[in-house]
Amino acid sequence: MPSFDFNDDSVVVIIGSGAGGGTLANELCQKGAKVVLLEAGARQSPATFINDEWKSFVQIAWLDPRTTSGTWRVAKDFSGLPAWICKTVGGSTAHWAGASLRLQPHEFKARTTYGDVKGTSLLDWPLTLKELEPYYARAENKMGVTRTNGIPGLPGNNNFKVMYAGATKLGYKACHTGRMAINSRPRDGRGSCLQIGFCFQGCKSGAKWSTLQAEIPKAEATGKLDLRPESHVVRIEHNDAGKVTGVVYRDSAGKELRQKARVVCVAGNSIETPRLLLLSASSKFPDGLANSSGQVGRNYMRHMTGSVYAVFKDDVNIYRGTTMAGIIQDEAGNNSKRGFVGGYEMETLSLGLPFMAAFLNPGGWGADFAWFMDNYPRMAGMWLVGEDMPRETNRVTLNSNVKDKWGNPAPNVHFDDHENDIRMRDHAFGQGEAVYKAAGAVKTFRTPPYPSTHNLGTCRMSAKPSDGVCNKWGQTHDIKNLFISDGSQFTTGGAENPTLTIVTLAIRQAEYIAGQMGKRAI
Amino acid sequence: MKVIPIIGAAPKGSACTEEAGDVPRIDLPLTRREFLQGSGILTGTLAAGSVLTSLAPSRAWAVELKTLTAAEGDALMKMGRVLYPHAKLADAVYALLAKDLDADAGKSADALKLLRDGVAALDQAAGGSFANAGAAKQLEIIKAIEGQPFFNTVRGKCITSLYDNDMAFATFGYPGASFDKGGYITRGFQDLKWLPDPPAAASPPSGR
Repeated sequence: MPSFDFNDDSVVVIIGSGAGGGTLANELCQKGAKVVLLEAGARQSPATFINDEWKSFVQIAWLDPRTTSGTWRVAKDFSGLPAWICKTVGGSTAHWAGASLRLQPHEFKARTTYGDVKGTSLLDWPLTLKELEPYYARAENKMGVTRTNGIPGLPGNNNFKVMYAGATKLGYKACHTGRMAINSRPRDGRGSCLQIGFCFQGCKSGAKWSTLQAEIPKAEATGKLDLRPESHVVRIEHNDAGKVTGVVYRDSAGKELRQKARVVCVAGNSIETPRLLLLSASSKFPDGLANSSGQVGRNYMRHMTGSVYAVFKDDVNIYRGTTMAGIIQDEAGNNSKRGFVGGYEMETLSLGLPFMAAFLNPGGWGADFAWFMDNYPRMAGMWLVGEDMPRETNRVTLNSNVKDKWGNPAPNVHFDDHENDIRMRDHAFGQGEAVYKAAGAVKTFRTPPYPSTHNLGTCRMSAKPSDGVCNKWGQTHDIKNLFISDGSQFTTGGAENPTLTIVTLAIRQAEYIAGQMGKRAI
Repeated sequence: MKVIPIIGAAPKGSACTEEAGDVPRIDLPLTRREFLQGSGILTGTLAAGSVLTSLAPSRAWAVELKTLTAAEGDALMKMGRVLYPHAKLADAVYALLAKDLDADAGKSADALKLLRDGVAALDQAAGGSFANAGAAKQLEIIKAIEGQPFFNTVRGKCITSLYDNDMAFATFGYPGASFDKGGYITRGFQDLKWLPDPPAAASPPSGR
């Protein structure tokens, strides 16, 4: 692996090695660009991932101080943990469950489709599904998504059997084991799924696609990647002309280092990405980098979420096999007859005993809670994930009252559910319970949202520079050699798990960056 | 004297390496009772025929407290049972709650004061001994302090102390790590028989 000079200003610096940054790094390396990939977390491997929920959480989750505000329930239940995302090489692709769904055509035109929904900042993407389709196809092939490219679906586990039985009794038609970036057959040098059941804890067999397993090793093989783990970027620097010139980061010993760059791409997930732009404020850019619109940190989305767990008379053993083993897509479309705009997916989910205790009903206690835990072997569960409404007031800001270990202000995540989010959640809870009742549930439970895993929109794409932070390529409107390369780009959230779209945008962005560098435009 | 498996303090991120994939838990070897030196000792006996006896060399168990008294530890165990009443969960597991809270009390004077004052208030509310109060009275006392810092501290600790240990896993039917056993691909991930199997189009056969 090369080690580029700190003063080498011909390199592309990518901040964050997850779905966006890790993919972008590989794509650029394949095109011959020199890439310095800075990752705040340490490097793990299938051998070092841990089949233990709390130990794994400490190993790979992002646990730096964060604060919350707003009326969302997460602020009450997990006030210091707004998001359940990762600080490790591979970012949150270590933790993701593998669901790989394309956004629907209308979701790129949310403002046009849903109209002027009061209290939202809805906007159409400056992109269409048609433009993205070839890149979606490349992403699906790269990730080995089941039910694409002739790859068979995964076999469903017991949790899926329960979902399927309930879904079909209810009349749902689109229920299957999903489009998953988990090998159902050996592919691309990785084996097939062993149904281990710890997808959230880092896949120990390597069957699940992650940038750690798939993109980064390929980038390293080019000889063009300088991956620096435990390198936490604290500031992006710029020159008098207003172009970015490099980054300042802390290594594992806390030493401050400066890496020069021709291009800087930020992919720190939708809390750290805007935070870093805000932390990089200067006399030239007093409101933070790329923030002439005032939109940096705004329009934070986290998907409408919730879960339904149900207890049956007989055993399910939810913990066996893939965490997200199947999906119902019948509610994913936009159908205003339900009393809300947008749609949602229903996806099986399982938690081990320790996390069931922590997440089933945060703060809950007493005989009712204990009854559910007593019935752990007889529980089935699903996660509900749908489009939430962007709002300017839902935002990431700097909290100068709380500092991280480098002395920088922690991010505060403010979120208020929109009326549409609440209506959608109520509907989804009802349908989830109906699925399980149809399958014979003795009792069902509505589990409130977990800390956010789908963090989106805080540096959104927009056609007009006044509406957002970056253009359709993720290039910031204000600074031509500064790019947003993660889910922060999303103009709206769609109903689908975002990773496939993040990877798709990264593949497309790499082409654009390479082209612009070739033309010396950046 | 029985060895009670006690999960250790959460490891630092960089220290987490489990090369084999199995997750050994830290066993606290307890010596014969007469050699225990702590501030208090909680003892008990696992029920005959309990699934936990396979985890233990003998049915008798003891947990040593280093800061809290045995009476305080006992009150905290009883409070844990009011908060999370599991008839089938052995007292030995609730003793882990007392053990973990005792460890916190040993590290911080504030934590010690919170727990000591909290237990004293429970006893006062019970008109003497919370631990010896009837179940209905205990529940009433705990309901009255819901949301207070002492309540929140003990309740929060329950989540990890009661549900993240080998005895709880065995009691509730959760096997924990599976990679070391080859996952569930050949060990029943789709063995549910009380519902029909989905068609192959929805759930294709395994490739193995």
